[in-house]
Amino acid sequence: METPEGFAVAPPLGDLLLASKPRHGFIRLVQRQPTMVLGAFVLLLLLLIAVLAPYLGTVDPLALNPIARAQPPSAEHWFGTDLIGRDLWSRVLYGARISLLVGFSVAILASAGGLVLGLVSGFIRALDGIIMRMTDGLMSIPPILLAITLMSLTRASVGNVILAISIAEVARVSRLVRGVVLTLREQAYVDAATAAGTRRPMIMLRHITPNTLAPLMVQATYICASAMIVEAILSFIGAGTPPTIPSWGNIMAEGRALWQIKPFIVFIPAAFLSVTILAVNLVGDGLRDMLDPRMAKTI
Amino acid sequence: MALLEVENLQTHFRTADGVNRAVDGVSFEVNEGETLAIVGESGCGKSVTANSILGLIPQPPGAVGGSVRLQGRELLGLPEREMRAIRGGEIGMIFQEPMTSLNPVLSVGYQLVEAIRLHQRLSKGVAEKLAIEMLNLVGIAEATRRMTEHPHQLSGGMRQRVMIAIALSCNPKVLIADEPTTALDVTIQAQILDLMRNLKERVGAAIMLITHDLGIVAEVAQRVMVMYAGRKVEEASVEELFRAPLHPYTQGLLGAVPKLGSSADAQTTRLSEIPGTVPNLKERISGCVFATRCPRATDTCRAYAPALERKTGAGHFAACHYVPRAEKAA
Amino acid sequence: MLGYILRRLGSTVIVLVLVGLFVFSLLYIAPGDPAAIIAGDTATPQDVEHIRQNLGLDQPFVVRFGKWGLGVIQGDLGRSIYANLPVSTMILERLQPTVSLMVVTVLISVLLAVPMGVLSAWQAGTWTDRGVTALAVLGFSVPVFVVGYVLAYAFGLKLAWLPVQGYAPLREGLWPWLQRLILPAFTLGSVYIALIARITRASMLEVLQQDYIRAARAKGVPTIAILFIHALKNAAVPIVTVIGLGVALLIGGAVITESVFAIPGLGRLTVDAILRRDYPVTQGVVLVFSFSYVMVNLLVDVIYTLVDPRIRY
Repeated sequence: METPEGFAVAPPLGDLLLASKPRHGFIRLVQRQPTMVLGAFVLLLLLLIAVLAPYLGTVDPLALNPIARAQPPSAEHWFGTDLIGRDLWSRVLYGARISLLVGFSVAILASAGGLVLGLVSGFIRALDGIIMRMTDGLMSIPPILLAITLMSLTRASVGNVILAISIAEVARVSRLVRGVVLTLREQAYVDAATAAGTRRPMIMLRHITPNTLAPLMVQATYICASAMIVEAILSFIGAGTPPTIPSWGNIMAEGRALWQIKPFIVFIPAAFLSVTILAVNLVGDGLRDMLDPRMAKTI
Repeated sequence: MALLEVENLQTHFRTADGVNRAVDGVSFEVNEGETLAIVGESGCGKSVTANSILGLIPQPPGAVGGSVRLQGRELLGLPEREMRAIRGGEIGMIFQEPMTSLNPVLSVGYQLVEAIRLHQRLSKGVAEKLAIEMLNLVGIAEATRRMTEHPHQLSGGMRQRVMIAIALSCNPKVLIADEPTTALDVTIQAQILDLMRNLKERVGAAIMLITHDLGIVAEVAQRVMVMYAGRKVEEASVEELFRAPLHPYTQGLLGAVPKLGSSADAQTTRLSEIPGTVPNLKERISGCVFATRCPRATDTCRAYAPALERKTGAGHFAACHYVPRAEKAA
Repeated sequence: MLGYILRRLGSTVIVLVLVGLFVFSLLYIAPGDPAAIIAGDTATPQDVEHIRQNLGLDQPFVVRFGKWGLGVIQGDLGRSIYANLPVSTMILERLQPTVSLMVVTVLISVLLAVPMGVLSAWQAGTWTDRGVTALAVLGFSVPVFVVGYVLAYAFGLKLAWLPVQGYAPLREGLWPWLQRLILPAFTLGSVYIALIARITRASMLEVLQQDYIRAARAKGVPTIAILFIHALKNAAVPIVTVIGLGVALLIGGAVITESVFAIPGLGRLTVDAILRRDYPVTQGVVLVFSFSYVMVNLLVDVIYTLVDPRIRY
């Protein structure tokens, strides 16, 4: 080929790859993080179920009916009944409330507590040593054992469960925050702020805290998942939610005796619990990938 | 038939915001025993070219097209097993970062012996002796002791020597050197270049030297080719290129090199620079790639990409509409 | 190196003292009279008084802690309130099943999870990778006892390949011992495998980007060698760290697993003791667990030096 003036033109070479159309907004999010969107969707669904439980064809979850004991799923009882005749469908749906409540509450409580502890520990060197040793000690006790121990000291109630699990998780969060603080503390802009006369609490608030938010948020989702598991385990061994309140752990505990013949009493709430925790983990992983892929190796 | 022939090599990468045409139609040859230098600024595709020749481009995000022939044998598309025999055996490569190109947790001896035994059937004992010889050859003192040491115990210059030893240990026909001295101190640079020159004479390998430093080109290479934005814009013998650069980009490059005594000449008090920046390779470029920065660009340049043609001067090629082409041989 | 180990042992002692202090003071955190709590709701005032004397609860805290501490150093962990046996005896009896379970779990988990992680990193972005990652997320998400029941149901009841309950000591033969530990080990290891696979993948991914891996490929090194020799050794430090930290998970999970599979180990002892408010046993067991956990982490730190020649203490 030639140009009008008679110059030689380089022969055009083909495309090796087809460019894909970049999408925007929500569709782009779905493309990039499909599992996270799925997880969030499932969580939303469960939240709706929990809130709308009374309207979803349920009866009183505590209503006994000894005649219809341990029935497999049927038209009348969609999930069957448990050992003393209570409708499983209702119990499982109401049980969602406990798991979600415990999960979210612990996540918020442990994050807040860990944030404060971590900030104090990272900033005030005098207290750092003590707090570090204490968290070391706390962390060397397996969290489940710690939670069981704390629960054994008080009466069973949802509030106490939340508190116990939060205490068990606080140590980890405070370590994380402390790590961030230590790195950031040495940054030049903190020195600049100090030189300008900004008082320490302000520095903590304005400069450091925003930087801890991303890893904290990711960690909070993992704490939420962990708390749900711990609550279930606690209820399962009888040290958690009182038996008068239906929680998935409780239902499974009650179904234990007969699990070899009537496995559905254990497996149905187990499925719900697993799916919920899975959804939370997917959201956490997605958040982590979005906020900072480098975190993937530390958390 | 040349030793290594590259024809219309294209290497594209799929990225989040489009297809990156890192190398888009590059052709050249390397003959036995010669040193070809490939120069260009960062991002022009020189390293990608080298990696494409050795099949080191990961093919899911990347795609390689065109033809690469070693002694007539097509390399692109070769099954992995055969490619592995070629890598290190017939084509050796040394990289820019000696500090990070050696595995930190494996001993120097292990890495050298591994290279030797991959391509030659030798027992461990014989391979170790050969390895020590290679270390001596590249000028590392106390070779036997160094065999059991780890990379972090060696200096940057020594690590690069080890890399050269590894690359040459199996008598490759072609050695690709990707910015071998860029990361080293100037004095060490000179030593490494000397070493490469000596070894080349002894081992007889052809060298494909990738660099952005024109000084090194002048010292070591016989022929040089200039790349810009994934394409080749000029090729000539080293003397010819320095004497009479034809492509506006090359002229700009050579003009930007500080010369001793140039400020004594009242006319040139500033380094000339090439205005503008490298074009975004993710967008299709119609016309000459250099048109956006060329002082002599016309509409024809922006519309039609110039072919690489033989121009006046022996063996001198350039891709520019406004450089007169050589008269056809009678 | 020796100096380092001694220093670490020193700080271990401090940590253990703190743990002991914490566990010891649990009694006091609870509202109400500690003796009454231990005695339970149905106790008479004489029972309460008996317990108070038995445990020496009328003496000051520091004295009691000191006595207990001295006892611990000599190997006396007190006496169980419930069973009226020395705590150390009870612990020793239950040690073998739990240690066996732990060892088998760690072995199976590491042998499965590390190659899974390596495979996943090598095939990053493909369906293989997504599959392995999905399995890992599943491993985190399904609670330990659910895994236990599912495995027991599938392999124990439906397929009847493996027994579902009990423990056979080693001296009764290798296979009987192993047979009863397989399902519990997989159950206990479900989260552990997921964690190790994930960190292996992440660490390998980072290592595979490094210049020296590219240089090794340019030498013509075959893929298996690149993955398992060139890359894995460099990726090992975070992996070994997680293997060590994960032991805490195993300890916690053992509690449940022993419950589901009726294994007479330390885990069940612990749960029962805690729920029965058998404080001497609780204190003793928690101390033993913490000690082993800290020792495992020290071992991990020593292993670092074997894996990465740049690490020296």
